[in-house]
Amino acid sequence: MEKAESDTIREIKQITKDPLLLIVILVIMAALIIFILYPLIRVILVSVLPEGKFTLSVLKETVSSWYLRQAFLNSVMMGSLTAFFGALVGFIFAFTITRTNIPLKKFFHLIAIIPIVSPPFIGALSIIMLFGNNGFITWTLLGLKNVKIYGFRGLLFAQVITFFPVAYITLRGVLESISPTLEDAALDLGGSGWKVFSRVTLPLAIPGIASAMLVLFVETLADFGNPLILAGSQFPILSVQAYLQITGMYDLPKGAALAFILLVPSITVFFLQKYWVSRKQYITITGKPTQSNPKIVSPVVKWILFVICLFIALLILLIYITILWGAFAKVWGSDNSLTLAHFRYVFGVGFKAVKDTLIIAGLSTPVAGILGMVIAFLIVRKKFPGKQFMEISSLLSFAVPGTVIGIGYILAFNSRPFLLTGTLLILLLNFIFRYIPVGIQSGTAILRQVDPSIEEAAVDLGADSNKTFRKITLPLMVPAFFSGLIYSFVRAMTAISAAIFLVSTSWNLMTVQIMSEVESGRLGAAASFSVILVLIILVAILLIRKLLSLRYGKLGGTVLKI
Amino acid sequence: MSVKLVNISKVFKDSKNARGEVVAVSDFNLEIEEGEMVTLLGPSGCGKTTTLRIVSGFETPTTGEVWISGENVTEVPPNKRDTSMVFQSYAIFPHLSVGHNIGFGLELKGWKPERIREEVLKIMEIMNLTEMYDRRPDQLSGGQQQRVALARAIINKPSVLLFDEPLSNLDAKLREQMRIEIRRIQQAFKITSIYVTHDQAEAMTVSDRIVVMNDGKVMQVGTPFEIYMKPANWFVADFIGRVNFIGGKAVGVSKKAITVDYGHTRKDITSWSGEISEGDEVLTVIRPESLKLSSTTGKDSWLFTGRVSKTVYLGPTAEYEIEVEGLERPIEAVVYNPAEVGFFERGESVSVDFNPKTAHLLKKES
Repeated sequence: MEKAESDTIREIKQITKDPLLLIVILVIMAALIIFILYPLIRVILVSVLPEGKFTLSVLKETVSSWYLRQAFLNSVMMGSLTAFFGALVGFIFAFTITRTNIPLKKFFHLIAIIPIVSPPFIGALSIIMLFGNNGFITWTLLGLKNVKIYGFRGLLFAQVITFFPVAYITLRGVLESISPTLEDAALDLGGSGWKVFSRVTLPLAIPGIASAMLVLFVETLADFGNPLILAGSQFPILSVQAYLQITGMYDLPKGAALAFILLVPSITVFFLQKYWVSRKQYITITGKPTQSNPKIVSPVVKWILFVICLFIALLILLIYITILWGAFAKVWGSDNSLTLAHFRYVFGVGFKAVKDTLIIAGLSTPVAGILGMVIAFLIVRKKFPGKQFMEISSLLSFAVPGTVIGIGYILAFNSRPFLLTGTLLILLLNFIFRYIPVGIQSGTAILRQVDPSIEEAAVDLGADSNKTFRKITLPLMVPAFFSGLIYSFVRAMTAISAAIFLVSTSWNLMTVQIMSEVESGRLGAAASFSVILVLIILVAILLIRKLLSLRYGKLGGTVLKI
Repeated sequence: MSVKLVNISKVFKDSKNARGEVVAVSDFNLEIEEGEMVTLLGPSGCGKTTTLRIVSGFETPTTGEVWISGENVTEVPPNKRDTSMVFQSYAIFPHLSVGHNIGFGLELKGWKPERIREEVLKIMEIMNLTEMYDRRPDQLSGGQQQRVALARAIINKPSVLLFDEPLSNLDAKLREQMRIEIRRIQQAFKITSIYVTHDQAEAMTVSDRIVVMNDGKVMQVGTPFEIYMKPANWFVADFIGRVNFIGGKAVGVSKKAITVDYGHTRKDITSWSGEISEGDEVLTVIRPESLKLSSTTGKDSWLFTGRVSKTVYLGPTAEYEIEVEGLERPIEAVVYNPAEVGFFERGESVSVDFNPKTAHLLKKES
């Protein structure tokens, strides 16, 4: 037998036969390098090469500052605690909904979803309105002055409320995929409810719980809105300090150094989650789901769980009602009578931010969605050198905190050949490359379910890769495309951490506007902006679902089961 | 010559393997005539599907050449090859109607919609799919999906039609109907076809010739009769149907027959594979239905006698296992129309014999 060609050479040969595919791969690779990797490299370079020479002095200086060291420790602690409590609350919700027959399940599910489709700093805003200096509970109801809500406790509370839904969604999926027949079998063998839970259900869910905790850790570490409002100066948080170094002190190298420090744990934990923990999950459901009524929870435990869920649900409801009321209250805390003044302000002076946000989110999400589908297709179905590189670099923007990306973008695109600072384009590019992973994830999930021979059949009948993708693959990915679209729209509408570095007088965002309203103490305006923001998102979701169900009937109904 | 495979080998990388690679197909040669239907038959993992995917272009051979209609297509991508495949999972496009599925290939060729519709309706008529044009694929039964997949492949009038275990997802009864149907359509259109299966009854029904494969190598190429009655080696004899191997010694070799000494008796056997010379140990391949059983009483011409150790009554046939002293495996025998021939009880002693015309010799490998 002759010596076999190496696989790489064969892969290259295969692609060159399909010039369109080759061009698409090259363009995407170039885009990923310029808009995801290059900004990150700039962050690292600026922190170790501030004047063109390699030095660790900036990093050393940063680490030697007690305050900034404290910020790092605080961030990691906040991330860990939110991961723990968020996963705990998420698990209680998920377990109660999948394993008991309590009433109000739909209501609990809906309540747990709301924080996902609203700006992540709503919790912080509401906590200030409830427990702050003019807080409804602390001041109006209890008449207390100088309540210390800023700092550790307030922030932890806001973070758990903001991020537990992420854990809930993951863990619900995990618990649903644990076949109830396994629990039936354990009961049948004579186990008590608690035994079955602790010996069967929980061990099977452990990889999922670990995975959810790691995700929460990364997201909390990266979060910017809640700490900016709630952390205060006594409790520094890394992402906020990086922002303040740059916008307050104009110290770009130190800001970059902080971003670099923030980057390390985020990326480590992200890849730990993606390539290690998530592979350890058990799959116990194969083929048709088996019918079984949950029996492992005794009535007493069931009602205890119900009360816990109800308490948390009411808490969330309280947060949103506060925002809604705040939007209509004359002067929050001192004069709570109703007025439309704040909305007049939003639709008058503040309307530019609303318009800009809609333009930016509306333009970037479809592009991000289509790009995500194309990359998902390439990753799942094609073989080419550099595929792993493409997959990892495109998912990187999930792992990298927005603050880091934002700093990277100002460093990378404020000089020729990429002079983009202050333009619409820089915001669009930032949003597109930040939200492609959403599309990639839903795209790969659905493609892995589509039998590859369906596409082979099209090729076999004479379709080239372009025709196959357009006529077969893309239509099959429609549901994934739209659910990806909805999520990236939500994220684009609620984004703040990266965008706050990139807005300008010509292009502003609602989220950034809300922040500045909070900073100047106009809580009413902040609240009414938030209400409008959530309304826009809800209308968009309903609109897309409606359009889909009209166009695709049953198929459309399966999009976004939230 | 319609299809020619020359020295095809395919090596896959496999990190689990100690050598880091797996040889899926090795040194495969085959020539297929115009209009002929050839089946690749073998146990799973024998390389038959890989070979088929090399013909369709979805796999590139590590070495060797693929020729279709006198043209070397080894480097031609699958969409530019004049082959059509019927997939194991049917691979029907779930978002297109039945009619659009069948017309997909013509649409790609740029045919006008009216002409496509006409052609599709014509083929649907032949395939018993009338009135299904606007149906969605998920409204079809398994057998109908199978027909749609076949119609979609045939409508392009490919120079080679490829079948990748097309019936393995159907229930037994439908499978029997469909294999006759496939053979009928293949002969009606006279399309050169390659058919992959692990089911030997299916292979026997549909093919002009069968290629038996094992471990990536061709074991034997022949008509269904040759494969069954004149297996080239132990593997083919054992893989196809049930078989008895009876040891003996070649004591006389002529051009027409080999005389085998079985100890108690000698027989002249006219069919054998490979080189057999006088004094060689040989195995006689005899199918269970070729054995003749009779009560030991009052018979003197027999191969050997034994004791019935198992009986299975199936209606049309009765099956027996007979333990014979000095043989490792019990002898398997099938008696047709047992009501006429008579039954044997467990423990009964019987004599076993066969007609030399139904036997085949292999050299015993040491």
